[in-house]
Amino acid sequence: MLTLLVAAFGMAFALLVPGIAAAVGESVTGTLQTSKSGPIQGVEVKVATADGNEIQSVDTDENGRFSIPVPGPGQYVVTLAEGDLPAGVDLGTNGDSVTVTVGPGRAQPVLFGLVDGTSNAGGGSIEAVQLLVDGIRFGLLIAVCAVGLSLIFGTTGLTNFAHGELVTIGAVIAWYINVRGGVPLVPATIIAMIAGAGVGILNERGLWRPLRRRGTGLVAALVVSIGLSLVLRYLIQIVYGGFSNPYADYQSQRAVDYGVFTMTNRSLASIAVSVVVLVLVALMLQRTKIGKAMRAVSDNRDLAASSGIDVDRVILVVWMMGGALATLGGVLLGLSDQVQWDMGFRLLLLMFAGVTLGGLGTAYGALVGSLIVGVFVQMSTLIIPSDVKYVGGLLLLIVILVVRPQGILGSRARIG
Amino acid sequence: MSDLIDAFQVAGKAFFGFQAIFFALLAIGINVHFGYTGLLNFGQIAFAMLGGFGIAISVSQWGLPFWVGVLIAIGSAIVLALLLGLPTLRLRADYLAIVTIAVAEGLRLLFRSVSATPVTGGTRGLSAFNGSFIALAPWDTQKRYNILGTSWSGGELWVALIGWLIVTLFTLLVWQLMRSPWGRVVKAIREDEDAVRALGKNVYNYKMQALVLGGLIGAFGGMVYAVGTGSAIPDQYQNANTFLAYGALILGGAARVLGPVIGSMILLFILQFADTGLRALISNGAIPDTLFSSTDVAQIRFVLVGIGLMLLLVFRPQGIFGDRREVMLDAR
Repeated sequence: MLTLLVAAFGMAFALLVPGIAAAVGESVTGTLQTSKSGPIQGVEVKVATADGNEIQSVDTDENGRFSIPVPGPGQYVVTLAEGDLPAGVDLGTNGDSVTVTVGPGRAQPVLFGLVDGTSNAGGGSIEAVQLLVDGIRFGLLIAVCAVGLSLIFGTTGLTNFAHGELVTIGAVIAWYINVRGGVPLVPATIIAMIAGAGVGILNERGLWRPLRRRGTGLVAALVVSIGLSLVLRYLIQIVYGGFSNPYADYQSQRAVDYGVFTMTNRSLASIAVSVVVLVLVALMLQRTKIGKAMRAVSDNRDLAASSGIDVDRVILVVWMMGGALATLGGVLLGLSDQVQWDMGFRLLLLMFAGVTLGGLGTAYGALVGSLIVGVFVQMSTLIIPSDVKYVGGLLLLIVILVVRPQGILGSRARIG
Repeated sequence: MSDLIDAFQVAGKAFFGFQAIFFALLAIGINVHFGYTGLLNFGQIAFAMLGGFGIAISVSQWGLPFWVGVLIAIGSAIVLALLLGLPTLRLRADYLAIVTIAVAEGLRLLFRSVSATPVTGGTRGLSAFNGSFIALAPWDTQKRYNILGTSWSGGELWVALIGWLIVTLFTLLVWQLMRSPWGRVVKAIREDEDAVRALGKNVYNYKMQALVLGGLIGAFGGMVYAVGTGSAIPDQYQNANTFLAYGALILGGAARVLGPVIGSMILLFILQFADTGLRALISNGAIPDTLFSSTDVAQIRFVLVGIGLMLLLVFRPQGIFGDRREVMLDAR
């Protein structure tokens, strides 16, 4: 698990016209710090135009901050001098330079993503075992998020591209309760899960049930879910901001040595919570009346309806469960990788990979598939650089579709 | 008031600028995929990225002539389409959707990664590859020209002219193709794949051809964009752009020849107008800073597109010019 603590963060999304009527006071700003080193002073930061003309270079101040005025809106390359970094602090996946687009009148934040290797502390671990354990944690986390996605697909046929935003919303709600509200993380997570279930209900009641009543087709619903995903994602960015923030609790843990691998207590707790929750979900699906009803609706909706199952109610419960589980997954992800406005969207692709691998629409398939994807993604860093490890997961998805499109537990019938 | 006129002029430029061309070409490609053939390609931006980087890498890294770069860009887009289509076109529609979106995101991550930096320039991207193209302009590219109150540099005008020429050519091509027997088969696949198969057509081949053609058009969009901005940076090719293009297509009307073109012009006009207008209102103090600041404006555009996309699909899936019966909305 990477530790990256981070300078300011800003999205260079305004990729439109470089030469809009110039306003005053464009600049690029940022903060260099990591959790272990604190603010880093005296690192040379240089700004150049996209064509390589240097504008100015400054050293960071005692708070690790820098702010460099630029002549106007447009694209700039911000570079830091790697040699000035203190011992133990390394460049992260962004490398030593970041390209930003400065909009008119904006002070554009710059993210370097420095790494201080905090959680990799402790010796005696064998890299492959370490990655395997970490992959299991990550895979279980994906599974917690993806069970809802798979059940929603199974019961309604909807490929919900906005499921990643359920993850982000949950993590962000928990962050506000935890950091701003000062509530400890565990109760904050439970409150957030209830709120997440509420978001699920809102989704179903406010949007998808009316759409089903209107007879909206599946492809139209898919595109609607993409629209919803865009709206929610960027609303989150406006409200929460482009920064990535940690939760208030459990941050300064040292890794405990278990002989062949090391692990922080929070990672161990993450695995335990995921396993317990997934077992509970499985028991519910297997033993309870509502769980059986869910499987029945997934299997054959019309048949389920005609045998007296209230399909709308089942779907509502699925959405509640999906929302609450996505929230939990979001909190676990935020615990290991910090809370970010697009964390859910990035995870969504791996969720799809997991769900497809296991078999679209099957709850247990989502579980198995996600676990494999998580382990594969983490283990792949043995061979490929860690900043492209998600690419490995996506490649796996394509290979599965070639070899066994219905997935491990899926049935041949539903793939068309 | 002058702010408003300003906003209108900036937006007016967006109406014709290379941004509109970029989205028009993306949307024409998506129209071939989604509008006519019923393929859900959510990774159109990957084709554009290969287009832009095809030229950028060939010219500024390998030192090849510009036109060879164009050929390489075309070739790589075709290869990508084949790779995408091979595993997914026999499966249900949403598999293609998932794979394309995943590949687009994966390619962007790959291009911006540290290990790819020697080839793609990493997060910094590449620049200085459009010189020999701009030099072809028959007028002085350094001067600025005023057209209807908007100011253009000579280079911008040249890119816009060639860009619109490409848009026109592809529009004519799509128009002719869709009147041809090939077009009728493709549209029939959108309506009922099994029926077409029963008539002895190789559905898989037709789908693949449509995927390649649409991807190729998208790659040309990326080329125009890269040449227009003069730089190719992986983060310019965010997934959200694909959805902007979908917004443009559905706004204009899917399965209509002019739908994507007019849709992108209108969409960019609205976005740029909202953008500049909102910034003006914020700097005037008409919108209090506490509500949102000018840094949030760039995000608002995506919120608007998302809302627009949802409303259009729910209430008017055929867009402005479309025909409701022709819009593929019921997947198998």
